[in-house]
Amino acid sequence: MKRLFLLGLVLLATATTYAGGYRVSLQGQRGLAMGHTGVAVVNNAELAFFNPAGLVFLENKINVAVGASAVFSDVVWQNEEFGQTARTDSPVGTPFYAYFSYKLSEKFSVGLAAYTPYGSSVAWEKDWAGSHLVNDIELAAIYVQALASYKITDNLSVGGGPIYVSGSVNFNRNLNRTLTDLDGDRANVTIDASGVSAWGWSAGAMWRPIDSLTIGVNYRSEILVEAESGDADFENIPNSPLTPFSDTQFDATLPLPAELTIGASYQLNDQWLFAFDYNRTFWDVYESLDVDWANPNIPDSKNPRNYKDASIYRFGLQYAANETFVLRAGYYFDESPVQSGYFAPETPRNDSNNFTGGLTVNVTDKIAIDASFLYSRFKDIDESYDYYQENGQNVPFEGTYKSSAFVPGLGVTIKI
Amino acid sequence: MKNYYKYIAILALGVVSCEPELENAIEDGEVYSNGQADFSNYVAVGNSLTAGYADGALYITGQENSYPNILAQKFAVTQQTDGFTQPLMNDNAGGLLLGGTQITQNRFVLAVGANGQPRPARYGGAAPTTDITNKLSGSFNNMGVPGAKSYHLVAPGYGNVAGVPSGLANPYFARFASADNATVLADALAQDPTFFTLWIGNNDVLGYATSGGTGEFQLGNTDFASYGANDITDPTAFSMVYGQIAGALAQTADGVLLTIPDVTSAPYFTTVPNNALALDAATAAQLTGYFQAVAGVFAGGLMAQGVPAEQAQALASQYAIQFNEGPNRFLIDVPVTQANPLGFRQMTENELLLLTIDQTALAGGYGSVQLTQEVGEVLAILQAGGSPTPEQAQILFGAVSGIDDKDALDSEELQYISQATNLFNDAIEANAETLGLGLVDVNETLSQLKDQGIPFDGGVITSDFVTGGAFSLDGIHLTPRGYAVIANEIITEINATYGSNVPKADVGSYGTVTLSQDVQ
Repeated sequence: MKRLFLLGLVLLATATTYAGGYRVSLQGQRGLAMGHTGVAVVNNAELAFFNPAGLVFLENKINVAVGASAVFSDVVWQNEEFGQTARTDSPVGTPFYAYFSYKLSEKFSVGLAAYTPYGSSVAWEKDWAGSHLVNDIELAAIYVQALASYKITDNLSVGGGPIYVSGSVNFNRNLNRTLTDLDGDRANVTIDASGVSAWGWSAGAMWRPIDSLTIGVNYRSEILVEAESGDADFENIPNSPLTPFSDTQFDATLPLPAELTIGASYQLNDQWLFAFDYNRTFWDVYESLDVDWANPNIPDSKNPRNYKDASIYRFGLQYAANETFVLRAGYYFDESPVQSGYFAPETPRNDSNNFTGGLTVNVTDKIAIDASFLYSRFKDIDESYDYYQENGQNVPFEGTYKSSAFVPGLGVTIKI
Repeated sequence: MKNYYKYIAILALGVVSCEPELENAIEDGEVYSNGQADFSNYVAVGNSLTAGYADGALYITGQENSYPNILAQKFAVTQQTDGFTQPLMNDNAGGLLLGGTQITQNRFVLAVGANGQPRPARYGGAAPTTDITNKLSGSFNNMGVPGAKSYHLVAPGYGNVAGVPSGLANPYFARFASADNATVLADALAQDPTFFTLWIGNNDVLGYATSGGTGEFQLGNTDFASYGANDITDPTAFSMVYGQIAGALAQTADGVLLTIPDVTSAPYFTTVPNNALALDAATAAQLTGYFQAVAGVFAGGLMAQGVPAEQAQALASQYAIQFNEGPNRFLIDVPVTQANPLGFRQMTENELLLLTIDQTALAGGYGSVQLTQEVGEVLAILQAGGSPTPEQAQILFGAVSGIDDKDALDSEELQYISQATNLFNDAIEANAETLGLGLVDVNETLSQLKDQGIPFDGGVITSDFVTGGAFSLDGIHLTPRGYAVIANEIITEINATYGSNVPKADVGSYGTVTLSQDVQ
């Protein structure tokens, strides 16, 4: 009981966030409860995401892990010069995962995975002070992956497979700071594209030099989601030849960056496991969000982003209390890919400290319930987005931001 | 074990309900202060500029961007306030109805004309729906009454709808006056304002200016009842009535007084240049020749009446106007006097033409000469060395088409305007000092807009018509962006006078002119 209490303190003391940019690190309740570590943790079918090389080390023939999280994430913004305040009222995000692996032989496993590593759901008050940058955005990408995991030697394995992505985006912003129709309703545009498909891959390796130590590496490739002929719906456009806006189609590319993870886990004894992961997300690819309108009269929308590669440092521990309960806690530090002066309110993320916790209840030998939570702690940050232009002149959008995120999650693990 | 679940549950609930909170949150009242002022019940008193009038009409979105409404929104982040109510119109078309009949015009919008050029036109996309016989109930913090002069604020019956057709009452005030015999000032005072702004007096000179100076300067006449709509109020009478209004408001409330801008800072008076008579070399020579002929014939006529040659030529020489290739100043009609028997002259550098002048007529010779065939025949006679008959001389003189009084402000009229404006502003400044109130020199602000513009994060706001951003399409009233500039000047003055910290308005987020092709 005393140990449980101590673990509780660790949970309270550490906070976790979810990742910078529009990366959503919620790909398994067990991993997440341990700071979203897992590249070197052989635990359950979550390995399909964290490191497919490890699937072959799972003891059971059939492994299933499914789960979902509820993302409660909001942002408050204020500008002291003008006395403005705004809050997001973002819908609850529900990223999910479903993993399955099947051991064909001692040396070879296959698997299937579906997960949602990228996404964003931000809804500001309509026509708020930054509405010329974003009113609301919904970004989702579902990854579906076939996997193979092969044991080269008793303590070394590799794994990987192709990824099919189906992406969607719905983004609304006002056209500028002032254009309205006669009744003062702000002119805005919604771009919408769904079912945009793309391909990628991931591959990993796992090495267990001694029984208690596992080392892993995993790489997920960059995937460019290229929306072609999506719908652009212009609303509240004044009836005038002096504005070029009318409903049209658009092309745009959103990169889902590559991610490299290296990590290790150490089994201290039957009860305690420690894990450490290092993530590098290759955000450099996200230089600019450019929207190319089919209607040639509408000037293309260029929105510099200038993201930079960013690192995440993850720590987790697991305590097997008894046959029924396994408790977990973790922490990660998430470096934001967003650079100063490029702080756009569609993904207003600064560096964050993230605290996780959770537990598994083994209902039977075969079925376990996995619960986790994540709390992301952001500091107040004074930032601006400097690259919005009016009449060829940069008009910075400035203010103090603070984000928060709390993400409870529930999953099931099945081992047969 | 059960306890442990409990902890998890409490922890989970605790964090879920936890919205992000900033350290110094505006929402928590931690950033600003009202200082010595109390903004809890702010009342704005004034005319169209206070009402949020723009584009030649009053309409909802204009009212929403009135400077008092902008101020009230900023006051509300410094302390608890009772809110700010305005007598909102019924629509965004802008015209007023009296018992179903339209009595004021719809707003202007910017429309592209048949020639492809954008120009202001009256909105015609929807019929106006604001009938002044539908009386609004309740009191209104925005006591801006379009058209009100200083003395109207203390005139009983100014809000009596029965007086509207005869011009004795104001249709805007008739909508929300508390009673038929109420005054604007009494209705303002009845609200027990804790803070006020007063911007009145513009119309005491503006009516004269927009009429092209067709009214009188009522210097020395303190009987308001005898004034016409286009007259300039006597400055002494203005000073008295202004002192009465400001004094009454200042008895219980702090506040800010605003000065009257010089009319010449508004694009209504500065957009049409007085030298827009663009001539090529041949036409210039033709016109010069014409006026030499006029001077010659006129001198000849005088001499025929026995005037000594030297004197006759001196008097006639004013009509030998020289025209040059390029821009030339227009001619205006002036009263016939002994010194100017033909009653016209060329405009001088500072004289102004009004925005409403007929541009088609200008292009057709209004402001210069209507060179008809008949005139050409007379000129031919003169060139051949012949002498015109008196009838032919009349044809010659009659071809001059000087600009009418109503379309221009001449130097004498401008002098009256300037004299009155200065005296009104002296009175306003004296009241601010005596009553210990804030003073905003709008005159200075608008000169700045006219001369070099006021920079903001998206460029520079200027007084240029349509494109400058400060003035609406009527050329006199401001755009939301222009009103935001005024609001910021008031905020600066409030912060300095009352030790408060009120945030500014972000002028770049306020719009300018509205586009529409739905025009009359």
